[in-house]
Amino acid sequence: MTQEPEPGRQLSINLRDDALILSLSGHWTLSSAKPEDQGLSGVIEQLPTSAAVSFKTENLEDWDSVLLTFLTRTIDACSKRGLSVHLDGLPAGVQGLLKLAYAVPARSDAHHEETVPGFLESVGLRALAVWRLTASLLGFIGEATQSVLRLFGGRARFRSVDFWQFVEECGARALPIVTLISLLVGMILAFVGAHQLSMFGAEIYIAGAVGIGMVREMGAMMTGIIMAGRTGAAYAAQIGTMQVNEEVDALRTMGIDPVDFLVLPRVLALVLMMPVLCIYADVMGILGGALVGISTYGISSSEFMGELRKFVHFNDIAVGIFKCSVFGVLVALAGCLRGMECGRSSAAVGLATTSAVVTAITLIVASDAVMTIITTLLNI
Amino acid sequence: MAEPHIRVAGLTLAYGSFIIQRDLNFTVNRGDVFIIMGGSGCGKSTLLRHMIGLQKPAAGHVYFGEQGLWDVSDGERARLMRRCGVLYQSGALWSSMTLAENIALPLAEYTRLNPAEIRELVSLKLALVGLAGFEDYYPAEISGGMQKRAGLARAMALDPEILFFDEPSAGLDPISAKLLDDLILSLRDSLGSTIVVVTHELASIFAIGNNSVFLDPESRTMIASGDPRKLLAESGDPRVQAFLTRGIAHPDGH
Ligand SMILES: Nc1ncnc2c1ncn2[C@@H]1O[C@H](COP(=O)(O)OP(=O)(O)OP(=O)(O)O)[C@@H](O)[C@H]1O
Ligand SMILES: [Mg+2]
Repeated sequence: MTQEPEPGRQLSINLRDDALILSLSGHWTLSSAKPEDQGLSGVIEQLPTSAAVSFKTENLEDWDSVLLTFLTRTIDACSKRGLSVHLDGLPAGVQGLLKLAYAVPARSDAHHEETVPGFLESVGLRALAVWRLTASLLGFIGEATQSVLRLFGGRARFRSVDFWQFVEECGARALPIVTLISLLVGMILAFVGAHQLSMFGAEIYIAGAVGIGMVREMGAMMTGIIMAGRTGAAYAAQIGTMQVNEEVDALRTMGIDPVDFLVLPRVLALVLMMPVLCIYADVMGILGGALVGISTYGISSSEFMGELRKFVHFNDIAVGIFKCSVFGVLVALAGCLRGMECGRSSAAVGLATTSAVVTAITLIVASDAVMTIITTLLNI
Repeated sequence: MAEPHIRVAGLTLAYGSFIIQRDLNFTVNRGDVFIIMGGSGCGKSTLLRHMIGLQKPAAGHVYFGEQGLWDVSDGERARLMRRCGVLYQSGALWSSMTLAENIALPLAEYTRLNPAEIRELVSLKLALVGLAGFEDYYPAEISGGMQKRAGLARAMALDPEILFFDEPSAGLDPISAKLLDDLILSLRDSLGSTIVVVTHELASIFAIGNNSVFLDPESRTMIASGDPRKLLAESGDPRVQAFLTRGIAHPDGH
């Protein structure tokens, strides 16, 4: 049984009548080589219940948590079968740690049960989740509306410093990214449109296509999506972090309504800035389209402007701005709602941020579809 | 003399269906320094959240004087809550505001003081907790212990009748912890506040507490209440003895 001591762990199993003796030797450490399982669990399964298990460790060189996990696994298996286990053969340090590990019995209800739902169940769970989202969003819209009413009644209070900071954050600071995206979207619209139109020699209609496309649809949509990723996520993270730090509780105990103090200025700032950003995005998109038209398809700038005037009406601009304002409300509410719902850990803040963006983009696209259908039916 | 200030009756604390503590019954008298004690994770912070109206009990009542915290309208509850000052376990200073703004916010909200008077009051409160001169610092720019003290200054902003402290001395050095204990006692004496403290600092418990409740995580209910010094002298419960003597009188007798 004595072998060359090599870096690794060895376990030998000696079974005599009613006594199982486990001899441990070598290095039982995290870094040592792992031996193959020698069927110890099978041996324990077959022991008579009167058996006693003991350990021999004279040749044990080195040990750490690896030994402890092996021992707890073995002891658990033995105690499940009602076998008696003698620990006195183990080093004193190991005995001490094992005593600690078994000092407080594991609380059976402290373990969270994770069950994998079946197909039908998961469909049902999804449906319930959608329903919960709708309910919580409607509830939150209700709270925010009450808060706006309080504002007009002069009873809702937030700090004007905060408000102007949010205005700057979702206004001026958003300009670079809005500029870039809108310019590019305008150029893409122009290229896609021009490719089709040039087949009929009708490149001049690029102006109308880009104009209508940007003003009615893409300007608003792109601004909404940019702000969902930029501001909606920031709102969720800010409010979520305040939840984690008990700052929201502190507001409540001071008698300050967190919806008034945290949600209202954020929603108002975004709703105020969205139309402005939308007009700016429209202009940038059309500029992008014009660049393509003028440089690649030989349209003169005055022709472009003339065509634009012919096709783009005030109606179209108004529809775009209206849509964008709706997106602003949705983005701000989704961000704040997810922040307020945030759990009390930093992981929860990450989840809240992700879910704020996903919720906002879903709502933007869904509400855009509804609004497009309505405006088409009404011929606006 | 002993006039009840907060009465907790048949209170059960739960997160969803997971019961943390059940059947809590105790009374905090006016002018008490009331200690909530028990091992880590037994639900002390949760009990505090129920007493200040942040969480609705699964069963039972919290009475402030005659009024049940959860029997009155939301507006009335907000008014009751404003009579309380709370120091949270994490300090919970509003991180986007300076210390001065943190303390000034409730003052600006609920008093008619002008900005200069508020500024003066803020400086006074900060000086009381030993943070004079830190008015324009942001919470992230001061140490954890200083954040605790600033949180205390904010909790005292409106001179509340009842002050709640969640582990005030955790994270403080022994001298600062002792100073904080002295501060708590002098607040009680000078303002006549009732004080409820969650703590497991034995030194604090015996130095400041004159009434207490002991929560047990295993049986999930309170197993003792009363003056902590009396509990130490008279309680026959081995779990209480073990806690109050740092385990020297261990429940198993070793
Ligand atoms: N949001 C939550 N959801 C579910 N369970 C929770 C939640 N918060 C706390 N708990 C559980 O409630 C129990 C009591 O938590 P609590 O924070 O009140 O303990 P505590 O006595 O204040 O502990 P400590 O002394 O460590 O601060 C813990 O077992 C914890 O797991
Ligand atoms: Mg706690």
